[in-house]
Amino acid sequence: MIDRTLFRSAGFRFGAIYALLLAISATALALFLWWATAGLLDRQTEAAINADAQDLSERWAEGGLASLIVTIEGRLAQNIDDDAIYFLADRSMRRVAGNLERWPSHVTTPGTLYELQVMRAGMRSLANVQRFDLPGGFHLLIGRDVQAMAQLRRLLTDALLWAIVVVVLMATVGALVVRNLFRRTLANISATATAIAAGDFARRVKLTGRGDEFDQIAEVINDMLERIGRLMDGVRQVSNAIAHDLRTPITRARTRLEDAALHADTPEALRAAIERATTDLDGIVAVFQALLRISEIEAGSRRSSFTRIDIAPLLAQVEELYGPLAEERGISLVARTAAEVPAYGDKALIQQAVANLLDNAVKFSLPGGTVRLNASVAGRVEVAVSDQGPGIPASERVKATDRFYRGETARSTPGSGLGLSLVAAVAHLHGGELRLEDNAPGLRAVLVLPIPEEAEARPAALQPKHDFI
Amino acid sequence: MRILVVEDDKDVAGFVVRGLREAGHVVEHADNGRDGLFLAASETFDAVILDRMLPGGIDGLKILETLRGQKNTVPVLILSAMAEVDDRVKGLKAGSDDYLTKPFAFAELLARVEALNRRGKGEGPVTKLVVEDLELDLLSRQVKRAGQKIDLQPREFRLLEYLMRHAGQVVTRTMLLEGVWDYHFDPQTNVIDVHVSRLRQKVDKPFPTGLIHTVRNAGYMLRAEQP
Repeated sequence: MIDRTLFRSAGFRFGAIYALLLAISATALALFLWWATAGLLDRQTEAAINADAQDLSERWAEGGLASLIVTIEGRLAQNIDDDAIYFLADRSMRRVAGNLERWPSHVTTPGTLYELQVMRAGMRSLANVQRFDLPGGFHLLIGRDVQAMAQLRRLLTDALLWAIVVVVLMATVGALVVRNLFRRTLANISATATAIAAGDFARRVKLTGRGDEFDQIAEVINDMLERIGRLMDGVRQVSNAIAHDLRTPITRARTRLEDAALHADTPEALRAAIERATTDLDGIVAVFQALLRISEIEAGSRRSSFTRIDIAPLLAQVEELYGPLAEERGISLVARTAAEVPAYGDKALIQQAVANLLDNAVKFSLPGGTVRLNASVAGRVEVAVSDQGPGIPASERVKATDRFYRGETARSTPGSGLGLSLVAAVAHLHGGELRLEDNAPGLRAVLVLPIPEEAEARPAALQPKHDFI
Repeated sequence: MRILVVEDDKDVAGFVVRGLREAGHVVEHADNGRDGLFLAASETFDAVILDRMLPGGIDGLKILETLRGQKNTVPVLILSAMAEVDDRVKGLKAGSDDYLTKPFAFAELLARVEALNRRGKGEGPVTKLVVEDLELDLLSRQVKRAGQKIDLQPREFRLLEYLMRHAGQVVTRTMLLEGVWDYHFDPQTNVIDVHVSRLRQKVDKPFPTGLIHTVRNAGYMLRAEQP
């Protein structure tokens, strides 16, 4: 059982793979080393013997036995390294010329390279020799002394054997290190996941700051957690809303109906109470619809219907819709928009977002105030709606887009506290943001959208962190 | 109007049927998809009110698709609790003439059903709308009342056109938003009232009688003064 769990561990697998790779590369290196040193010398010896044979056979053909003997003796005399071996024997294997004492008995087949012990000038030595048979019954032995080479080979073999020991040690240590590294990296992620599963939703995967692949995974996971957190907050807000914010109008409607049932004396009073309760219920339904619409937008499914649009005519339409209302209330509505405002998105949603902003601006403006609708394109599309109303204090601006948030100054004005939430949701869906600024006095709400080239290129799943709603 | 109501919820169906009958319509009711499809296909109606989720294996969209497949052009209003934008698009694509989500105000339903009737008549292209002494020329885009020319902004013109096309019928604020502005959401402030009141200033104020009337709890109606 222990063995099986060991093999199932990815850390062990990675360690083993590391060790195996190290062993394979070390072996390959050793083989090459062998081939390039000992092997090379062997091949050189063989080539030298062959060249000699070629040469001597030519001499034999030119000048016969006498010439061959002279050549052999001349070569031996000139051989400074003292590693050449020649032996010319007659029919009965007796010495004619050469630097060996006698023909080595087991060199019987011509054309084969023998490695054997020879006695040279009274010294035992190792030689590579080859036998050639000449016409007239003569036999020629050509060879090279390889005693020095054999020593080198022994040295090399020893070194490589030690190298194997070192490689095995290194592979084992390396495998353990790799396995631990792997474990530690995963432990970070898995500890975070475990903590979250246990309810600590604020935990995030720690970044090493190296910006490597593990950091990237950690960032993706953190982004995902962030997004899940936001969605959960949304759900929590909605349930809170149902628990608290909708309780009030529901209570009001219920009280009206019960009161009417108990105390209404005339059919008219009863009817009036029912009508008022119906109006209350309609208000609750409207809140529900707004909530559902925001959730629908936040879910992101509307992104599939995005197209390239020019929102300039759209803005003109919204302005036209609110113009008379503003005029009626003694507010001047001034629109200044670029001739063309290209965007990539959902026409109806952007229209509704701008309508909400204008709705707010007109609602909170005092008679004599000015509401401005500006739209500019400079790297990003900015649709700004500014009023000269009470504004939102800096400390409350972050909360202003929360569902059901209503500023102190807004308490007396009708509204559900969902208008800005919807605008923010629309902005985020489009990869933009809703900025609330001080208009001194008043509020300046800026709907920022990316230009179409940018918005189109951006895959929905890989938006930067601040885009997560 | 002869209206078919296909709705499985007893309370909603009873309320709708009673309300439509009180408004002077002849109403048939089916409480499942199978009967609904049978009635809609075998008899002639001026309008069909169709719930989407129905028992009996045939839902509202299936009924609608079958009817349209048989080249039946009866005006259909879908009345459904499915309120997402995609649901609405699906309903309109399947061939419905209007889409109203639950919960609804009866006045809204009645106004929309009655508006379907006019559309269903399929009269040829109209070039001129006339109500009493008010004339609206769709070609020259001119409006005259009692022979006197009235200058209207383009949007006011479209608003008046919409009201005149539905003369004698109640037109709700939502219908105006959708029909005149192509907006499919409710603004929090009642912007429509301001637009209508401006139109009144031009069309009704200078003349002895008013044509544009406010219908309490419902919307507006353009009609000749009752004799």
